[in-house]
Amino acid sequence: MAVLEVLNARKAFGENEVLKDISFSVDKGEVVAVIGPSGSGKSTLLRCCTILERLDAGCIRYSEDTLVETSADGSALYADKTTMKRIRRRFGLVFQSFNLFPHLSVMDNLTEAPIHVAGVDKEAAKKKAVELLAKMGLSDKANAYPFELSGGQQQRVAIARAMALDPEILFFDEPTSALDPELTGEILKVMRELAQEHMTMVVVTHEMSFARNVADRVIFMDKGVIVEQGDPRDVIDHPENERTKLFLQKISEK
Amino acid sequence: MDGFLAWLQDFGSLFGQLAEGFGTTVLIFLLTLVFALPLGMPLALGRMSKCVWIRKPVEILLLIVRGTPLMLQIIFVYFGPYFLFGIPLSGYRFPATIIAFSINYACYFAEIYRGGLESIPVGQHEAAQVLGFSKKQTFFRIVLPQVCKRILPPMSNEVITLIKDTALAQTVAVMELFRVANAAANARTSLMPIVLAGVFYLFGSFVITRVFNFAERKLGYYR
Repeated sequence: MAVLEVLNARKAFGENEVLKDISFSVDKGEVVAVIGPSGSGKSTLLRCCTILERLDAGCIRYSEDTLVETSADGSALYADKTTMKRIRRRFGLVFQSFNLFPHLSVMDNLTEAPIHVAGVDKEAAKKKAVELLAKMGLSDKANAYPFELSGGQQQRVAIARAMALDPEILFFDEPTSALDPELTGEILKVMRELAQEHMTMVVVTHEMSFARNVADRVIFMDKGVIVEQGDPRDVIDHPENERTKLFLQKISEK
Repeated sequence: MDGFLAWLQDFGSLFGQLAEGFGTTVLIFLLTLVFALPLGMPLALGRMSKCVWIRKPVEILLLIVRGTPLMLQIIFVYFGPYFLFGIPLSGYRFPATIIAFSINYACYFAEIYRGGLESIPVGQHEAAQVLGFSKKQTFFRIVLPQVCKRILPPMSNEVITLIKDTALAQTVAVMELFRVANAAANARTSLMPIVLAGVFYLFGSFVITRVFNFAERKLGYYR
């Protein structure tokens, strides 16, 4: 069953069409890597899925909840507040630049939303946070503040925070791009572990080895359209489309 | 010996007068903060509003209040009701002073608040939004605590200026520290009351500085 379904999504910033008729879906337990040159629309797609941007037209569905659909006059019609609130609990987002709350300890970063948004009681929220921190290998950092952590540790806290409300699907927006090269490994390792536990994930990334070895499916985007998608070994090792070939060539030259 | 005692007695009575004036000064200072600190926030938000009908009037208010002398504003607020509506002025000196000071300082605070609010990275708002925080929760739980820390240095500037600006209340004959000191200096043809008043102001500024240093240390647990 599809956890996320996007149909004919369109989005423009002024004259600039960033998403042109994007359709794809993500099944439960599936790991989808979204690759493509910068400006291809992959981050915008993620931001539309997480309601940070609004589509101009198209449909986004989370399981049985419809976030947005195209109305009769062709414009995007968004769900009411209650549905929107429910949908926000269905996904988590990990940002490129972590965006932890600097004035809150690691523990409070993880429990603030469960307690004040979801109404989980304090003890239960803490217990869950302790479990997540252990999973991230950060058990000793519960009382630390974000500025005391390395970039890799901060991003692991951010992943734990995104998982604190038990989302059905996790989005990653270039999770390793803001990190020093020697720190990307620890994030990719955590993500690989999540994949093994069948966490549903959509990952916008430039890490080709991650896309090839971890993802179940790769989506290659360019200029606002999905050019090619399929098994990572096919798309990355034997691309059919010229644009995909060109992009992969450029990446491997680095 | 008798001369010294007489001097001491005189000094004591002068000190008493000045201390009383300082009491009024502190009262103006505190009441202005009580009203201006909260009032600055809606002004800051109004100044940042997307709606022209809110933003423009606030911009005009800020321009007028920050573009004219506080002394002028005090006189305007004090005499305004009489000249505009013929309302008698008795007992209105002190309230008028507080109104003028509060509006004036709220406008300056508003710009400091705005600077603080706009300095919070958009990623903080987005992270809160994705986690499901409402706008109100995001403001009070995520944004405001961080703003408080960032605006402490400019706020301490403004608050120290306020304790000295209270001297302007003499414009409408409020018996604050400076008016008392000036009157005493004229009566005695002595500089002593002025110097002593300076010591009182310095003491006030010293206490304010300590309070702000304390607050900065308190909020220094994160970066």
